[in-house]
Amino acid sequence: MTMLEIDNLHATAGGKEILKGISLTVNAGEVHAIMGPNGSGKSTLAQIIAGHPGYEVTGGTITYEGRDLLAMPAEERAQAGVFLAFQYPVEIPGVTNAYFFRTAYNEVRKANGKEELDPIEFLDLMEQKLKLVEMDPAMLHRSVNAGFSGGEKKRNEILQMAVLEPKLAILDETDSGLDIDALRVVAGGVNALRRPDNAAIVVTHYQRLLNYIVPDFVHVLAGGRIVKSGGKELALELEAKGYDWVLEAA
Amino acid sequence: MTASPPPYEQAFAALRSAGGPAWLPALRREAMDRFSALGFPTTRNEDWHFTSVTPIAERVFKIAPTRSGPSKLSPADVTALVIGDPAWHRLVFVNGRFESSLSNFAELPADVHVTTLAEALKESPEFVAEHLGKLASGEGQTFTAFNTAFALDGVVIRVPRGEIVEAPVHIIHIADAGAAGVGIHPRLLVVAEPLSQLTIVESFCCAGPLSGGYLTNAVAEIEIGSGARVDHYKIQRESTDAFHVGTIQVRQGRDSTFHSFSYAAGAALSRTNIYTKLAGDGGEARLNGLYLIDGAQHADHQTFVEHLAPSCASRELYKGILDGGSHGVFNGKVYVDPIAQKTDGKQTNHTLLLSDHARVDTKPQLEIFADDVKCTHGATVGRLDEAALFYMKSRGLGVDNARALLTYAFAAEVLETIELDALREGLEALAFARFTQTEQR
Repeated sequence: MTMLEIDNLHATAGGKEILKGISLTVNAGEVHAIMGPNGSGKSTLAQIIAGHPGYEVTGGTITYEGRDLLAMPAEERAQAGVFLAFQYPVEIPGVTNAYFFRTAYNEVRKANGKEELDPIEFLDLMEQKLKLVEMDPAMLHRSVNAGFSGGEKKRNEILQMAVLEPKLAILDETDSGLDIDALRVVAGGVNALRRPDNAAIVVTHYQRLLNYIVPDFVHVLAGGRIVKSGGKELALELEAKGYDWVLEAA
Repeated sequence: MTASPPPYEQAFAALRSAGGPAWLPALRREAMDRFSALGFPTTRNEDWHFTSVTPIAERVFKIAPTRSGPSKLSPADVTALVIGDPAWHRLVFVNGRFESSLSNFAELPADVHVTTLAEALKESPEFVAEHLGKLASGEGQTFTAFNTAFALDGVVIRVPRGEIVEAPVHIIHIADAGAAGVGIHPRLLVVAEPLSQLTIVESFCCAGPLSGGYLTNAVAEIEIGSGARVDHYKIQRESTDAFHVGTIQVRQGRDSTFHSFSYAAGAALSRTNIYTKLAGDGGEARLNGLYLIDGAQHADHQTFVEHLAPSCASRELYKGILDGGSHGVFNGKVYVDPIAQKTDGKQTNHTLLLSDHARVDTKPQLEIFADDVKCTHGATVGRLDEAALFYMKSRGLGVDNARALLTYAFAAEVLETIELDALREGLEALAFARFTQTEQR
């Protein structure tokens, strides 16, 4: 079943064209990796899917579960099951993780006609999820990402993903800046959440993450276009030969 | 406009029969003369550049009437009006007059002296004479002189050497319907002797919807001895048609600690002055505050930290959240004397503007005359962080919810520094309610 259909997407930021006609189809149960050199538009694509206000879509469409995704505000996308793990998670001093997670969880539940959880029930849920990313329960009472190390922030992103159980998860360079232990934990969390009825788009600069999160498809993004697509072996080829040969071939 | 003296001579003459020790009329007369000579400050006065007191100057506020019969308020009413723990020692004033039936401070240690100013003038006039008007002399300060001339009552606290007062002393000033058109001049005198410890909460609030406006013009003098610590919390939630001026003058001895927190959410026009002199080596002053205003409200804070001895530290964090057409002012002055080497000072002021019509004037003022010092200041004025808003929305929070939570979080960062649980939790709940569901103050 088609979950996400991106058709000839064009987008600009500050008047500069960044995406120049992206087309991509993601079906339920699939994991797609998007690779490419810096500045190729990978993060822009991830943020546009999540509804970041800093970009202007100048052409093309994104259809998510049959709906016009671009017409939906960011919060509605989240409530409909789209999740972006941020490359640079935002610090929110003064709001505890526990409160933020519960509010987010309940907003999503409410939007889907489900009952909200009270703080006690929610803590029970959190206990299981924390184990998945090997995080100390004490972090629930800390302010969201405030003073977190790079690795803690990324784990916190995966923890939110585990709590919200999205249908479409987009991981924007979740591996950058992680040591191998943190990378294993993060990848383990993502893998544990893989199901036939959900999908993931993994944006990365390095092949290393794909040893742990094995993709069904690999796409190379360069200059705002997908210049090559293939299976998981494409990632290995890129690792071995770099991006230049793909770019030249394109 | 300062040409004619404020029209309070007549009211002052009526006070003469107020009684008290022989030196008191002279102190008052001197203050009255000073008040008349100074007049109300204009915006040409550097200390009042951003705050016009014309609405105060153009009226004549009456002397608080002597109450006839007990207050209609019950102790439970008082508890509902204020933030704090009812178990704290409590002194309640209604329209400036002490209400013994609403007060309860019998549980204080026997050698800790807490009385009303009126009682102290009878019981220990020498002690009052020694301290009253010394830290807050009113020199160059209209409102302090105004208070000294007209202060009818207040609180006197003396904590003897080494005494630790566990529970806070909560001084509650309530304005009710009887406050219309009245000028209330509460006075607080605190002497914390060496190695003692005391926490004071001063709450200014109103009972029921009021009309007619009133003026609160409070003055506190706090002497902190060597190695002593005083925490002072000021919670200003006056009626939104009221005027509030409050001055807190502190002198700190060697290795002493003064922690101050000022919360300002009420009054049409408010000005809070918090001045401390770090007069002995190794003293520490922490001045924090939060102002939350809306509509046509104006809230001004002026702090002045004088580093007069070496190796003292001062920390200031003031935050403001301004909505509607409100106007906030923060003026943080720091003076470092030539002998105050190894001074460590840090001042921060952050303001969040929730509306296009709100505005803030923030003015750090550092005068440093010693060379081996560390003094920094920083100020920001801004709107809600767009990155944080998007982050929250991307987790499913609606825009109103996200904005409310971020606004609350901005306030929470400074409320977190309040060490009294009941006060911190109460103010957090108030701020949370204000920015999320219901409008409260």
